[in-house]
Amino acid sequence: MTDDPAGFPLGAGGPIGANPSFFDLVSRNRPEAVKGLSPPHGGGDVSHPHGTTVLGLKYEGGVVFAGDTRATEGFSIADDKMEKVFAADDYSAIAIAGAAGQAIEIVKLFQLELEHYEKITGDRLSLEGKANRLAQMIRGNFPLALQGLVVVPLFGGFDERRNEGRIFYYDATGGRWEEDDYRATGSGERPAKGSLKKRWRPGLSRDEAIRVAVEALVDAAEEDAATGGPDPARGIFPTILVVAAEGVSSVPDDEVRSAYEAVVGARS
Amino acid sequence: MAFMPYVPPEQLMKDRSDFAHKGIARGKSVVGLEHADGVLFIAENPSSTLHKISEIYDRIAFAGVGKYSEFEDLRIAGVRLADLRGYSYGREDVRARDIANGYSQALSTIFTQQMKPYEVEILVAEVASDYGRNEIYHILFDGTVTDEHGFVGIGGHADTLTEALKGTFQEGWDLATAVKEAVKALSSAEGREIEPASIEAGLLDRTRSQRRKFRRLSDDEVERILSG
Repeated sequence: MTDDPAGFPLGAGGPIGANPSFFDLVSRNRPEAVKGLSPPHGGGDVSHPHGTTVLGLKYEGGVVFAGDTRATEGFSIADDKMEKVFAADDYSAIAIAGAAGQAIEIVKLFQLELEHYEKITGDRLSLEGKANRLAQMIRGNFPLALQGLVVVPLFGGFDERRNEGRIFYYDATGGRWEEDDYRATGSGERPAKGSLKKRWRPGLSRDEAIRVAVEALVDAAEEDAATGGPDPARGIFPTILVVAAEGVSSVPDDEVRSAYEAVVGARS
Repeated sequence: MAFMPYVPPEQLMKDRSDFAHKGIARGKSVVGLEHADGVLFIAENPSSTLHKISEIYDRIAFAGVGKYSEFEDLRIAGVRLADLRGYSYGREDVRARDIANGYSQALSTIFTQQMKPYEVEILVAEVASDYGRNEIYHILFDGTVTDEHGFVGIGGHADTLTEALKGTFQEGWDLATAVKEAVKALSSAEGREIEPASIEAGLLDRTRSQRRKFRRLSDDEVERILSG
């Protein structure tokens, strides 16, 4: 790969053929953009916002991803409307908990990685391939994780080759495992998981799955100080994405609101 | 010291240019034209996987004729440039004009400095949110860029194609008419009927709700349009 004086990246790059990785391309052309932050001197701790609870669960048509919209910084609420669940491409979604700034950057790079691969090769990556690529990117963040900037995503989507929804979860070292039914991560992981354990069953319908997801987030918000519950008065509702054979779609606030009302109604 | 015969620069450029022209003339052609919903590219291409027409960015598409390996190289460079720009700045800051300029400079450097010029001709188009503001850039093997409006033909039969379209082209064609007329022009330039199965069609469609406006027409869609 040679860069001509005009800065136009020409040539095949790599031993043979074009490297379809956007991450590699940025690392080569704009190393300062991805090399990460240098370690703080003297062990200083910079405060930064944290994204809290996200979860994913399978349903009959694919997978549902949901997350509260709160970010905390120490004991303060940094943001009550922060998106933490994103479409990674047309057939997969990524939900993140942990250091918000770093997480958003990883999501942005991951989205571009998938789009770039698709444009360069003319094919979409397999779901397995996307999950592996994300693991490598999380592993690349490990030096920062050691300094407290931990990013732990949930990833999943519709596997077009197997014709089913799949969920993967990660740890800070880039470890990657597949989940069979549901998974939660972030500060409200334990209450959310407990709720999912009681409510989840195989073959949920889309509406049921959305309700189960909302209920788990409500439970997480009740038990965990850092998780923000739905707040109808201020129009704050969890972000929910559904990935099915037709692709990713976002669940509108009205639908989340009625799921929330059903959950609360059943409890009163 | 090796003996280098003197070749006047005029002769050198002419030889290179003739060489590139001959290479391009052997290949097939591509038509680019504006229609009511955006910009359409049509080519004759027996392969359904080795594309002449592809996506560069959200609103930008690419078409190339000539030597496949060379325009594929350019296409990849264009995707890289666009994705890097979009990542470093914002998605709306990626413009066809910048990419066309990048191609122009790269091709001009290759034309003057390398052993052999690229035997390619390319089109870069950007669809605007309203009709009449689309951009189509035509870049030659030596880096010459021209800004095209309405329609353009490139490749082996560029001149006959342009002549054929000059007679028929009308502003604001719908997609089906544009496809039919483009295929008709291609067939008349080639002097034979082109099978619907070997038509490659890609378009920038501003009516798409997605961020990425590029889509391909499948063989079935092309066949339905041509028989309709």
